[in-house]
Amino acid sequence: MLNFEQAGDIFNRIRKLSSADELEVLFTGGRFALTRFANNTIHQNVAEENHIVSVRTVFGKKTARAFTNKFDDESLLQAVKSSENLAKVQHPDPDLLPVPTSQEASGSVGPSARSTQTPSRHFEQTAGITPELRADGVAKIVAVADQHKLTTAGTFSSGESFEGVFNSRGHSAWHTQTAAEISITMLGEDSSGWQKASSPNVTNLDPLRLAEIAAQKAVDSARPQDIPAGKYTVILEPAAVLDFVGFMFWDYSGMAILDQRSFLTGRIGTKLFGENVTIWDDAGHPLQAGSPFDGEGVSRKRIALVENGIVRRVVYARATAERMKRSEHRDSVGPIEPTGHGFSLPNEMGEMPLNIVFAPVGNPQSVEQMIASTEQGILVTRLWYIREVEPFEKMLTGMTRDGTFLVQHGQVHGGVRNFRFNESLIHMLSNVEAMSVPVRSCGEESFDMVVPAMKVRDFNFTEVTKF
Amino acid sequence: MKHIANWALNTADVRGASYADVRVVAQRNRALSTKNGKVGSASDAESVGMSVRVIADGAWGFAASSELGRAAVEKTAAEAVAIARASAKVKRENVRMAAEKPATAEWNTPCKIDPFTVSVTQNIDLLLKIDAELRSVAGITLAETNLNFNREEQWFTSSEGADIHQTKLSTGAGYAAYAFAGNEIQKRSYPNSFGGQWQNKGYELVQELRLLENARRIAEEAVALHKADQCPEGKLDIVLDSSQLGLQIHESVGHPIELDRVLGMEANFAGTSFLTLDKLRTLRYGSDLVNVVADARQEHGPGLGTFGYDDEGVEAQCTPIITHGLFTGYLSSRETAHTIGLNRSGGTLRAEGWNRLPMIRMTNISILPGEKPLTLEQLVADTDHAILMETNRSWSIDDKRYNFQFGCEIGWEIKNGKRVRMIKNPSYSGITTDFWNSMDAICSRDEWTLWGTPNCGKGQPQQVMGTGHGASPARFREIKVGSAFQGS
Repeated sequence: MLNFEQAGDIFNRIRKLSSADELEVLFTGGRFALTRFANNTIHQNVAEENHIVSVRTVFGKKTARAFTNKFDDESLLQAVKSSENLAKVQHPDPDLLPVPTSQEASGSVGPSARSTQTPSRHFEQTAGITPELRADGVAKIVAVADQHKLTTAGTFSSGESFEGVFNSRGHSAWHTQTAAEISITMLGEDSSGWQKASSPNVTNLDPLRLAEIAAQKAVDSARPQDIPAGKYTVILEPAAVLDFVGFMFWDYSGMAILDQRSFLTGRIGTKLFGENVTIWDDAGHPLQAGSPFDGEGVSRKRIALVENGIVRRVVYARATAERMKRSEHRDSVGPIEPTGHGFSLPNEMGEMPLNIVFAPVGNPQSVEQMIASTEQGILVTRLWYIREVEPFEKMLTGMTRDGTFLVQHGQVHGGVRNFRFNESLIHMLSNVEAMSVPVRSCGEESFDMVVPAMKVRDFNFTEVTKF
Repeated sequence: MKHIANWALNTADVRGASYADVRVVAQRNRALSTKNGKVGSASDAESVGMSVRVIADGAWGFAASSELGRAAVEKTAAEAVAIARASAKVKRENVRMAAEKPATAEWNTPCKIDPFTVSVTQNIDLLLKIDAELRSVAGITLAETNLNFNREEQWFTSSEGADIHQTKLSTGAGYAAYAFAGNEIQKRSYPNSFGGQWQNKGYELVQELRLLENARRIAEEAVALHKADQCPEGKLDIVLDSSQLGLQIHESVGHPIELDRVLGMEANFAGTSFLTLDKLRTLRYGSDLVNVVADARQEHGPGLGTFGYDDEGVEAQCTPIITHGLFTGYLSSRETAHTIGLNRSGGTLRAEGWNRLPMIRMTNISILPGEKPLTLEQLVADTDHAILMETNRSWSIDDKRYNFQFGCEIGWEIKNGKRVRMIKNPSYSGITTDFWNSMDAICSRDEWTLWGTPNCGKGQPQQVMGTGHGASPARFREIKVGSAFQGS
């Protein structure tokens, strides 16, 4: 895998090839492998290795980027020339800033708190996983399926990756990490159960335990009842919370406010959610993953996005912060500063918080406690195919999936057919009656987060499907 | 590239693979976009690499690398065989492949103007003119435009002797106008959402779309939606424009007919399908007017699912999917064909790039136009009361593909054969087979468009693929309308 020193050598070769005023080179790539199983058989099993270099050149206020995955002189020259040719014909962008110095990128310039310190996220146990080890893990999962007379499908993946930034003002940043993930579906004749977990450290994953939970869900949700749609108290497991709330974080962006496409436009500083909702972006959180810097190599800062239901602020790339300071919104959006959340330039979206952490509440409840306190409700394992129906009230639609249960008189009373919901995210986060301790969680519709399970009243199910 | 394939095939053979194929792929992409009068993104990307897919010990292995030197290629092939042997530790049956006569072929997307030869300056000027036209309408708060060009050159070689060189080219172009006011954001896109129209053709697509000519109308509609009435709730007839019907086909026909889904291979992520094997040639999928094909051949048109050969060397074909309402065919591959009694693959295995395993993907899944002449305006004139819905805004369907809900950008109420008012936030929902059985009219060939869906996600690791969907506007009776806002 490419290392910092090798990347530095490539950057120096690229520098000699370019006549641009400024230069920024990004490196991404690594090794990734995934073992996929279905019908209690490994049916797909893949591995790849790829290294990508992207070259951003700057001429005055003009910039553009070119990518290649070849590091020979001819390919690098071609990438430099492509980038330069694209950049030279751009219209000048008055908002384009010089590439950052190390001082600017470290966050030591400006009013905010210190930049995030992240723990090491590279683990040899994860990097060393072989196809045989993944197959052994799958064999354990299949054995659980066989034991319960179920059919299983899922994945066991592992890999190591790097991200790096080098620019012509002397700033560089480098990050390596490993990742492992297990996802399991257990299928019965008319039911299913699901579990998924990920971590930079594979020793944090327990395929057997995940398989047992998924299998029990499939067994317990067999012969699903036909319950009418309507407003119910729901108990959303962390994966369901993650996939639902994930739809709002594109909007916690200075650029989204400037573009007036954010549901937070005109709402920063207002109490939008319940008192018990506090949300941070924190790349340094021990349960988080990812690099400690953004697409320009600027260090990520720990940001309080929501405190006790009040939306406090949004995140910024460097250029977006400068634009916001000059905009009509500047007095109504809270602190304005580069926060280390920008995407690589040039781009249309600006920035986004990607290390979401829900703050723990003072009186956390386990899912079991939430069930025990519920007279009538629905327990949801997972949501699926979530899409935005209306962007300003953040009305979302989607389905329940792989383990939806009726709760009555404080107990689970079997599975129910899956529901379609049409629910406002603002409404949902205003109706949270209880939360568990936040955990690292992963779903399919959004990025991994640290989120709790939630008990939510008046969740709007509008239709029931056939299974 | 032949030497690279030979290194890999020889290594796979020596290591004991019973089958191997090699894809060497060179991809190029140019992406240009503007936002509110400025260039949003400007990038050129090239990616070159190779992959080896093998069967060893009766199980699959796959490995890919961006390194094309002999040592790296041989290491990658050896890794694929080792992975296959690991797969064999958890298998029930050996992989079975339908026979396929090895092809030697050269195939290229027909193209009048190579989009990479059109100057960036010309492209950006066009986008900025559209952007200015959109923002010249009072009330437009955000304008976005985009152009995308893709070229993929692939050398496919197999241990059975296939040797196929194929170059595919695609172009995408479109824009969107947003109007934010009060507590509402409204949006209109042209010629479709998802970045506009996408086809496997050259720059001539950009010239055909009349992008600039439609910009003012689109912007005015986005602003006017703020004063439009909310879509009513209840059971109503609906008329769908061809782009929305294209997405309806994608979600409620294209995905459920994927045989890997039906067989449970996608159960953990994309889901399964209500179309269990017993439904082939027995299920009344739709009304007599519903005729759907999966057609990857050039004669179907320049869809994103058009090619000469799929990514396991099977020539493009046309498979009848729904014939006068009867369910008649699945999308199949060499591995899955035998499960439905076929002795040859339907030719639908495709990969996102050199580093991804080919899997069953939609080709061009199209509803055939009505045989009797019928324009959209004639269909409207023939309708007593309905909501005409245009351009997708939201889409969602369950993991067996029964229950769906779609939202559109704009609607029009039709009364007594005339469009009487604009409707905002139109949506509809239903159960797949109920919906298709309610279709009682479809417009004829002159209203038929082969739309491109560039963002179809499937597989683990996820792959994004372009698919084609030809459709004419059509009418559906007694559909649940307005369900997205029910109870809100």
